[in-house]
Amino acid sequence: MNLTKTLMASTALTVAAGMAHSDGHMASEMTIVSWGGAYSASQQNAYHTPYSEMTGVKIINDESSAEAVSKLRAMNEAGNVTWDVVDVVASDALRLCDEGLAMEIDPDTQLADAPDGTKASEDFGDLLVGDCFIPQIVYSTTVGYRTDLVGDTPPTDICAIFDTDAYPGKRSLEKRPIGNMEWALLCDGVEKDAIYDALATEEGQQKALDKLATIKDDVVWWSAGADTPQLLADGEVVMGSTYNGRLFSLIVEQNQPVAMLWDAQMFDLDGWIIPTGLSPERQARALDYVMFATDTQRLADQSKYIAYGPARKSSAPLVGKHAELGIEMAEHMPTDPENAKNTFLYNYEFWADYRDDIDAKFQAWLVK
Amino acid sequence: MSDAPTAQTASSSAAEARIADAAYTGPMLAADGTPLKKSLNRALRLQKMRALALIAPLLIFVLVTFIAPIADMLFRSVENEIVSETLPRTTTLLANWDAKGTEIPDEAVFEALYDDMFYAIEAKEHTKLGGRLNYELTGMASLFRKSGRKVEDMGEVYQDQFEGLDAFWKTGENWNSFMGSDEWLASMAGWTKADGRQPKFKLREGMADVLPATTATYLKYAAFTQNEDQKNLYTTDPWAIVYSSLHKDLTGENALADYAGPAAEQLKAGAAAATSFETVNFSEAFLDIDKKWHDLDVWTTIKAYSPKLTSGYFLNAIDMQKSVDGAEMRPENQQIYGILFYRTMKMSVIITLSCIMLGYPVAWILANLPARQANLLLILVLLPFWTSLLVRTSAWKVLLQDQGVINDTLVWLGIVATDDRLALINNQTGTIIAMTHILLPFMILPLYSVMQTIQPTYLRAAKSLGATNWTAFWRVYFPQSVPGIGAGSILVFILAIGYYITPAIVGGTEGTFISNRIAYHISSSLNWGLGAALGAILLAAVMLLYYAYDKIVGIDNVKLG
Repeated sequence: MNLTKTLMASTALTVAAGMAHSDGHMASEMTIVSWGGAYSASQQNAYHTPYSEMTGVKIINDESSAEAVSKLRAMNEAGNVTWDVVDVVASDALRLCDEGLAMEIDPDTQLADAPDGTKASEDFGDLLVGDCFIPQIVYSTTVGYRTDLVGDTPPTDICAIFDTDAYPGKRSLEKRPIGNMEWALLCDGVEKDAIYDALATEEGQQKALDKLATIKDDVVWWSAGADTPQLLADGEVVMGSTYNGRLFSLIVEQNQPVAMLWDAQMFDLDGWIIPTGLSPERQARALDYVMFATDTQRLADQSKYIAYGPARKSSAPLVGKHAELGIEMAEHMPTDPENAKNTFLYNYEFWADYRDDIDAKFQAWLVK
Repeated sequence: MSDAPTAQTASSSAAEARIADAAYTGPMLAADGTPLKKSLNRALRLQKMRALALIAPLLIFVLVTFIAPIADMLFRSVENEIVSETLPRTTTLLANWDAKGTEIPDEAVFEALYDDMFYAIEAKEHTKLGGRLNYELTGMASLFRKSGRKVEDMGEVYQDQFEGLDAFWKTGENWNSFMGSDEWLASMAGWTKADGRQPKFKLREGMADVLPATTATYLKYAAFTQNEDQKNLYTTDPWAIVYSSLHKDLTGENALADYAGPAAEQLKAGAAAATSFETVNFSEAFLDIDKKWHDLDVWTTIKAYSPKLTSGYFLNAIDMQKSVDGAEMRPENQQIYGILFYRTMKMSVIITLSCIMLGYPVAWILANLPARQANLLLILVLLPFWTSLLVRTSAWKVLLQDQGVINDTLVWLGIVATDDRLALINNQTGTIIAMTHILLPFMILPLYSVMQTIQPTYLRAAKSLGATNWTAFWRVYFPQSVPGIGAGSILVFILAIGYYITPAIVGGTEGTFISNRIAYHISSSLNWGLGAALGAILLAAVMLLYYAYDKIVGIDNVKLG
């Protein structure tokens, strides 16, 4: 009997403590999920710290964005969503929206207007790619190369990846079809406008894989954004694709002999979603945070700390100097006209449909 | 627990006394007069219950936190309720449709699809279903997403005509005035949100006979509005689909002739006008949304995945797929899992063998050194456990890469040419090296603890009887250390086939394991069903190997110490 009592008492205590804890959570804390590293640091500086000072809400950082989709699904199934605001790439946001795991946002009533009164829907424009997604930054997947390993004629266009005669050595590419397939077709002579039509067919997909096969033995496949900078710094590869912000820090902060090849960079978006299943108070606070963190000034502030372009048109003129290095950031933005002469925009609709199919073929091609 | 044996001893010694006294007069009795067998059983049962109660917390803990989640995850590999739950009427009608023919389903199926989709869209389930079916047929995700808003508009043809006929049909109040029971209407009259829960909708008596289809639709609408949307049903205007149901009732079978309740006049006027209303051809309407709705593939896929349980995930996991004619192999350019399963098994065996080769001498030295030195060396063996797995794997990257420490050293020594460096990473070699290192302690520890129990006197005895060093080792020492090898091998092998971080970092394309694909399907593609099927196959393979091991070597022959 004693044991039972003790067990019951301790269970009750634990439950009570748990409830007390979650009550505390309601009152003054919110959990924001992001990617970690320099990116989270830039958000901490530009958004979290000012927001906490303004409202007194304590922000807990969780670095789980890479597994956000599966974790949110698991939390939702368990009926206990512990995240308040989540930073995800646009394609993941679409998936979360489709799965009913992210709430729909009305930009004009739930996001801040631009300082001149322009509605948010117009200020973000085409970048509002889903009903649940609030864009934050534009980043790109682009290629960097070792200036000391490419001889006297540095590469000027994306097809240098496939030109192992002119640029011998290994190259690193992301271990997924998105981006690589487009580049392969472009360098196989397919018109840029016709690339997605081609990729929708079996022949087009095979053509892209055949083009990639010409360099298969020379490719190191990466799956983490930090891989290519490390491989470039160690001289393991002569060129490789990665996120432009990673290359920025490799070139400008670490002074490595690396240069950017902006040609055919693949634009993508990163931004916020608010999970469904939050209590009304938490949801209201998450909305309040998002409205604050995506206003014109805050988005411009973030670019002081990292080389990603703000998603609002009205933020562009406010982009200034790097907070520590003091260099002008505008020219390092993927959206800078000088860098954005030839670009792709991640085709969300196409890849939402073809991702499973082409990925299966791509991975099967890889293992053979 | 501690007093249980005593109780047993007491009752059995009492029983012994009875045996001496009773001398074959009927069944043996215990001291209190009950038959001995019963008494003994009772004592044993009590003892078992106490034992069970004592382990209950652990048992429940294991069941809840380990067995249940695994069972749940494995069940996902066959679970497929989403299709029939989201499209209940469509899938029922599709059962009679000939998937092998060349005709797409008829208008009745499309009308059912409109119904099902309408509710799915209100509940925001349609995109989820699209995502599920997209695993089977490319393009389903956008087909369902795109159809979302447009399906909602389809029924508006009827809504507009009813509203054009009589403004009565425009408001929720008017609809409720004849659909709702008087009692419910009275309770809603003064209701505001501040009063708490909204009174649950009650249907007017007899309405189900008067307007059968409308009633069914209206009940769904009412439940959804009150429970999911949390809106005031009384003042909310009904969904467009309610109007198409009304049109169906008014032009088809109804019991309106005898109806004299509220709105009888408007309903009869509607019935007179409805016959000349413009109608909707749902098949054409869906074709207008997207021509894919008239593709045979779309319909065969929906039909193939209608059952609540599916073998589709398992077929996919062995490079097969469902088709109209049953299961068939996938095209060559999509086959991947067979290769990966085979590779995972092969590499795990190689890793286990290299762990035995490297671990055995180390364990032997540890077991034969004086305790002080052995403990120091043991700490060195355990040291890697105190370092993060990622750090250890990344360290291998630094060592093994083309411009890495090992290659640089070899070039410096002149063993390999600088443009012909060894490929030690991003292939199977890298995976084997790194994983052997990471799993080595799991081999050394069981070997060490088994070897410690082997008496050195046996070896000395063998030698004194004339055995050579090799014979003494091979015939006397080695057989005694086999249980350690068995335990170590099982540990290493089972850990190896489930590894995915290390192969992902150093394995390149040749060194990836099946677990890498499982991780991809769980965290990236969200195809949990396929991930679960792959996991179930892996689990079955391990069990099978364990069974084979038990048959060949004997599981009693495994010792951890």
